[in-house]
Amino acid sequence: MVLVFAESQNGQFKKTAFEAVTYGKKSAEILGTTCEAIVIGKAENPAQLGQYGANKVHHLTGSGFNSFDSQSYSNGIAGVAERMGAKLIVVSHTSTGKSVLGRLSVKLNAGSVSGVNHLPESKEGSICVKKNVFSGKAIAEYKINTPNAVFSLMGNTLKPEQSGTDAELIEVQLEDTTVKTEVVSVDLQQGSAAPLPEAELVVSAGRGMKGPENWGIIEDLANVLGATTACSRPVADTGWRPHHEHVGQTGVAIRPNLYIAAGISGAIQHLAGVNNSKTIVVINKDPEAPFFKAADYGVCADLFDVVPRLTEAIKKAKG
Amino acid sequence: MKYLVCISKTPETTAKIAFKDGNSTFDTDGVQFILNPYDEWYALVKAIELKEANGGTVTVINVGGAGNDTIIRKALAIGADEAVRVNADAKSGFFVAKQIAEYAKANQFDLILLGKETIDYNGSEVGAMVAEFMELPYLSYGTDLQINEGVATIKRDIEGGSETSKTSLPLVVSAAKGMAEQRIPNMRGIMMAKRKPLNVIEPVACEDLSIVVSYSLPAGKSSVKMIDPENMDELVRLLQEEAKVI
Repeated sequence: MVLVFAESQNGQFKKTAFEAVTYGKKSAEILGTTCEAIVIGKAENPAQLGQYGANKVHHLTGSGFNSFDSQSYSNGIAGVAERMGAKLIVVSHTSTGKSVLGRLSVKLNAGSVSGVNHLPESKEGSICVKKNVFSGKAIAEYKINTPNAVFSLMGNTLKPEQSGTDAELIEVQLEDTTVKTEVVSVDLQQGSAAPLPEAELVVSAGRGMKGPENWGIIEDLANVLGATTACSRPVADTGWRPHHEHVGQTGVAIRPNLYIAAGISGAIQHLAGVNNSKTIVVINKDPEAPFFKAADYGVCADLFDVVPRLTEAIKKAKG
Repeated sequence: MKYLVCISKTPETTAKIAFKDGNSTFDTDGVQFILNPYDEWYALVKAIELKEANGGTVTVINVGGAGNDTIIRKALAIGADEAVRVNADAKSGFFVAKQIAEYAKANQFDLILLGKETIDYNGSEVGAMVAEFMELPYLSYGTDLQINEGVATIKRDIEGGSETSKTSLPLVVSAAKGMAEQRIPNMRGIMMAKRKPLNVIEPVACEDLSIVVSYSLPAGKSSVKMIDPENMDELVRLLQEEAKVI
């Protein structure tokens, strides 16, 4: 059985949860088994995960599962995995998933691979899987040396696919007395755009913007696309934009379907955080900007002319 | 307070990535290695700051061969008091975590810090594994850490914002940007580092549960398509029909 940990926030499933269940279902087909999901804490309609391929959904509630604690969460997941004989456990490659992946590996003595972005293969009885390494400059194939495995799935690896019907729901009430960590507050940025690590469309800008007062054209472009805004490191460091918008090696690593970069030269540290984007558009007036070499589409011109024109063109195309 | 900082050696960001022996091994020929930036800038400096404020000792631990002594000396030059190198070739995060946990169990640390991930394998696994081997709390991607009367308050990055948690010591924390500011070792630090203890210990037995069997390079990007700045309709068309992303 493949067991997928589907994350929710304030009771709502995250997009990465649907991706993970879809991945779990496809993995289960490859490994010749079935897919089940595990949901922890408050969640609206957990049975809907059946639509993405889970036959059963185990819903864990009780003390210890009200807020995130990597110990109690991994105890809960490992308990279900052991009881049901999971061959593969899939979590999302998120702040939560990454905090439980290593624990599950130790707890279950299961080989782990973090940030997989390919489906697994079964080779001579062993599970193998690929992930990007060296900030996307290479791909590594891992072999699992144990009968069972744990993966964290990189966001935007595949699109959630709805095919089935609601799953059988199994309510599990647990009292975990080992909880040592308590979440005291959560601050989420306001706004309707997806958080950067999950965003499919990202509009980013750098020092070429000349100052924070000029960001209106970037926000306009992001709004018409429904994209999330981002920035380069110097822009975040000088306080033109908030720290959480910084993408690149030291900031957030992203892999959206579309990354539009305006006025960013493309230093290697920036590329390390964005070069797994499916399509990259670079707008820069310097024809020598290194970013053009990593781009799919380039526009060599003043961004203050081009960005508003692109916004208008998208508006027109969207009718 | 006793602080343990786990440090890794990684290829420098601009290193050329190539493989040898039938693509099974990373080719280190001509590659410059550095102290993993997240371990150095955030985890190590935070431990030193805490020591400066509250007293205590900062120990750094690395799993690797004698070739790693250069980066270990750098950590000592920045301000760690002593170092331990587990003399083994690390093939998996699991192996590394096991070695660190064994040493930490025997030596009773209050706080174990490490970077949010290494810049080569980007695994982010070792912290959680160390915590699990030791049955300790673990907070990842910490951007702020305060310790008050045995209670740690940690702010950490989560998708789309931040989360603040309280937990008990001992504790494992992985550090991200914001936790501390990079420090450049000065001449005095470099000189003193030569006299600080660097103990080499032998590894405990541990199987690798998962290993890399081969590497490949991603399909190269076809060259960039330049678009006429006067014709943004064409760019929109390409994004819709060719790239199919909007």
